[in-house]
Amino acid sequence: MTEVRSNATRIWLLHAAVIVLLLAGNFLLPEYHRGMFSRALVLATYAMGYNLLFGYTGLLSLGHAMFFAAGMYGAGLPVYHLGWDVPLVFATGIAAAGLLSLAVGVLALRTTGVAFMIVTMMFAQIFFLATLYFTTWTRGEEGLVLQPTTRAIEFAGNTISLSDPSTRYLVALTLFAIVLLVSLRLVKSSFGRTLVAIRENEERVRMLGYNVFATKLLAVVFSGLVCGAAGAAYGLLFGYVGSGFASSQYSILALLYVLLGGAATTLGPLVGTLFMFYVIDYTSGLTSAYLLLVGVVLIILILFFPKGLLGTIREKWLPWLP
Amino acid sequence: MAAVIPLIQTRALTRQFGGLKAVDNVDFNLESGKIHAIIGPNGAGKTTFVSLLSGRLLPDSGTILFDGQDITTMPAHKRVQVGIAYTFQITSVFANLSVYDNVALPVQRRLLQRGRVDPGALHQSVFEVLDRVGMADHAHSKAGSLSYGHQRLLEVAMGLALQPRLLILDEPTQGLSDGEIDTFIELVREIARDATVLLIEHNMQVVMALADRITVMNNGKILAEGTPSEIRANAAVQEAYLGGGDV
Repeated sequence: MTEVRSNATRIWLLHAAVIVLLLAGNFLLPEYHRGMFSRALVLATYAMGYNLLFGYTGLLSLGHAMFFAAGMYGAGLPVYHLGWDVPLVFATGIAAAGLLSLAVGVLALRTTGVAFMIVTMMFAQIFFLATLYFTTWTRGEEGLVLQPTTRAIEFAGNTISLSDPSTRYLVALTLFAIVLLVSLRLVKSSFGRTLVAIRENEERVRMLGYNVFATKLLAVVFSGLVCGAAGAAYGLLFGYVGSGFASSQYSILALLYVLLGGAATTLGPLVGTLFMFYVIDYTSGLTSAYLLLVGVVLIILILFFPKGLLGTIREKWLPWLP
Repeated sequence: MAAVIPLIQTRALTRQFGGLKAVDNVDFNLESGKIHAIIGPNGAGKTTFVSLLSGRLLPDSGTILFDGQDITTMPAHKRVQVGIAYTFQITSVFANLSVYDNVALPVQRRLLQRGRVDPGALHQSVFEVLDRVGMADHAHSKAGSLSYGHQRLLEVAMGLALQPRLLILDEPTQGLSDGEIDTFIELVREIARDATVLLIEHNMQVVMALADRITVMNNGKILAEGTPSEIRANAAVQEAYLGGGDV
């Protein structure tokens, strides 16, 4: 049992070290890279939400952009139109995504496998089209720009501006760290074990006395809440809310980040997101046909790391990675 | 004899697949605290019948009572919660998870029913179950890497971990070696001290060694029922199933 305990210590140390390193990044990274990291941290949070459902529960959704965008619009619309405070709209963003994921979950979970992928994709498409249809409020693809003055928090007489690069980085990191630690706790819990078991053999889980539908629904809602928090944070930190974030491209990005980093690994989404950010950043500096290079890099990666970077590392060298 | 409520009671239970009546109008009583075996040729409807009991399938007509309570339309996961555990004919342990996790799943389900899952209690119960089937040494192996015999044992351990009132074993000894079968017989005897066991089995040696009562099914119907010696002596059974004494 000492082995189990030392693994637990190792796991906590690793996650703490990642968070400390990222914190140091705020003071050490050059301005340009700090900006990149701020965005990557928020999108990695989004990918972690996706990973809960796809990696751990084994439900492949092709419509998670709707949860990200629901968080973003749920926060952005009241700021833009009603002038609500930042903490309040962060909550409304999360609530919007939570409600949407509950509704979509109840309907989509009646299907499995390929049908589930298609149904989630269709719901996301409806959401995307709705953001275009209600253009009076959303301004469609052009989107809403949230002015820096509306993105400030009054706190004990001080004004904390979310448009300040350092604040932005630290807020993004705080959100990322909270979600990382919560998901680590979750996947190590009884609930996490049940999710993985559902991924492995749903029928067997049912015959062990679990209400599989309810458990999966809980996973969808949890995933939706995390993605919604990421979407709300993205809108508030970077001051822009547009329908592009609800498009299918963003659903695919979450899948891509998770697959590259390693599905069902807690740190995989971060690794996958940063990897994609920097591959695109580097190759787009070389040529305008950078997507071609990105494609080649991805193919090479999948050849040598078929289970994603951390997934393959776990399989070959570090079996204790959560 | 005193009138006790049977643990399981079915009335006119019927399930069809297309034109085939896999289970045809079956009235069946299962007494509490016994080992009851169901035998019969392939396609006799044994697995369909226990699938109806466990809730994996729903009947077309008829009723099922568990300890006097009507469970005919109760979903499978709720039946497990009231005390009916089913172990699969085709081994279906979670191959990619550790043996520990395989057993932790039913244990935490049971603990959850009584409130929250305490990690200490979970850990202790998992090892109690593993000790009982003699697999504590394998706790941290991947279930898929175990030998077939050990996977069958694990399957039973998962059923045991639920502490069921009724444990349904669907052909537990299929594919096991003679030595493994002896261990298995001992294990089932021990299980039967706390739970009622309903056993589907092809191996007549196992049935004769374990069963207090035997039900013979053929073409979806109950052909005969009785003690092992009564079944041995039954001419109809001889003809339909035992094939004239090559038992």
